[in-house]
Formats: sequence, structure tokens, C-alpha cells
Amino acid sequence: METRSSESPVRYMERTRQYYRALGYNNDYVWAHHDDAPFTRPSKPLSDCTVALITTAGPPDLSNRDERNRKHVWSGDVDSPPATFDTDLAWDKEATHTDDRETFLPIDAARRLEAEGVIGRLAPHFHGAPTDYSHGKTNEKDAPELLRRLREDKVDVAVLTAL
Amino acid sequence: MSLIARHLEANGIPTVVIGSAKDIVEHCGVPRFFFSDFPLGNPCGHPWTPDMQTETLRQALALLETAEAPGTTVRSPFEWKHDPEWRERYNRVRPEDRERLLAIGDERRRKRGQAARSDG
Repeated sequence: METRSSESPVRYMERTRQYYRALGYNNDYVWAHHDDAPFTRPSKPLSDCTVALITTAGPPDLSNRDERNRKHVWSGDVDSPPATFDTDLAWDKEATHTDDRETFLPIDAARRLEAEGVIGRLAPHFHGAPTDYSHGKTNEKDAPELLRRLREDKVDVAVLTAL
Repeated sequence: MSLIARHLEANGIPTVVIGSAKDIVEHCGVPRFFFSDFPLGNPCGHPWTPDMQTETLRQALALLETAEAPGTTVRSPFEWKHDPEWRERYNRVRPEDRERLLAIGDERRRKRGQAARSDG
């Protein structure tokens, strides 16, 4: 274990607002905001649960994008994930890289926890969620589609990892 | 991603978000959040560190059994590598950057305008 830093987390909303204003954009992005959150307790022990992984990365062939370059939900087989991913998103390209899939889609880590019996099983598919500027599209299209795909795999709990 | 976690949770699938943008995730409000205080891009652990990545996922999953209420955030015990500047550096805007950034923005708007016209 490494020691904890006493530094405060980066305030990304403020940093992003200042950055986009400097780029010359006048309308600040409005992040989704809720004062509360839903809460569902697992219906069985984690060691009996089927666990799904959802990431924000895309497939290397960009097949999750339509002709207007809009992103859609995509899925892959956990036994044969692509060798590389589309990680053309807002992450810190000076401080790090995304060459190791396990840093944003921890399939191998989940397999190890499955072997240890910490989780029941890893769901057969992982999923890619669009990072969309439209809250409406996320809520009305992408989220219900992901729910449908998780139910198809009889998933009990989901781990969402945002690049 | 946070909105998706909310939707899944509201429809009966418990979730945990692993991420590094604490303010954005907490602003949206999610049931459970495992916070890695790393540069954006590697929420599940440093690259090429299977032990850290497994431990990160283990601790995030544990939240599914230990969280007692929505809005539960737990911070990862792991620190980023020795790079004291990363917090300050990301998307910073210094006075000397302004001209360059505005030019980047102008170029983006020009390209976007072209794309919009070609889309009809």
C-alpha cells in the first residue's frame, strides 16, 4: 500500500469550464445533478452474483459510431475482448496512457476474483457506454439499452468504470 | 456513466462506479462510488499492475455489500505515481496559453461548421 496524499481532488467541472471558455466557447456545459440517488441492495451474497463490467471505451473499429459519428452502446465477449480500444475521450494524456485495458476494463482482475470465489461469475459480455453530452440520450436510449443487455445475461450487479 | 448507474440501480441492478472525477460523479449522485485519485484514464489502477487492479476491483465490489445508503463514496488507498504536478497540469489555462487555446477553439468551430454544412 502506498501512502495517501493530503492534496484535494481536482475540481474537474471548474477546470473544464475555464478550459472551454479559453477555447472561446460561451455556453458552459451543464453537468447532470441530483440531490439523491436510487439504492438497491444486492439480493444475494456477492459470491453468488453474476457481475457485469461497463466501460466508456469504444471498440477499435469504431463500430459503435453511426454515420453521423454518434456513439451507441456496444458489447464484447469477455473471453475475446479486442486487443485495443478506442479511448479518444477526455483523459490525462500527459500524465498517463490507456495501453493497459485493465486500467479501465478490468476483465482479468474480475477473473481472478471469480477464481477466488469473491464473485459468483463474470457475465459473458462486457459493455461500452457512450459518453454523451446529451443527458436525454443517455437516460432515454443508452441506459435502457444497457439494462436490457444486462438482463439478457442475467446480471445481478454492475461495475461501471469511467475513463 | 453516473446517469447509467442511476438507471440500472433504479431498475433493480445494484451498481458501483469506479472513477477519478470525484466532483462530477458526486454532483450527479450515484449509489456507490469507488474513487481513485488518479489522473483521468486509469480508474482501475496504474497500468500493468495486476495486483493493484485486482485489489481496486475487490474493494469497489465490497461496497456493494457494505454501503448502507446511496451516495456512498470510498477512496482508494492507492496513490498516483510520483508526479506532484499532475493535478495542476490537466487542462490548465495559464495567461501564456490563452492565444494558443483560442486558436484551437477557432479551428474546432471551423471544422464543425464544415461538417454541419456537409451533413446538410
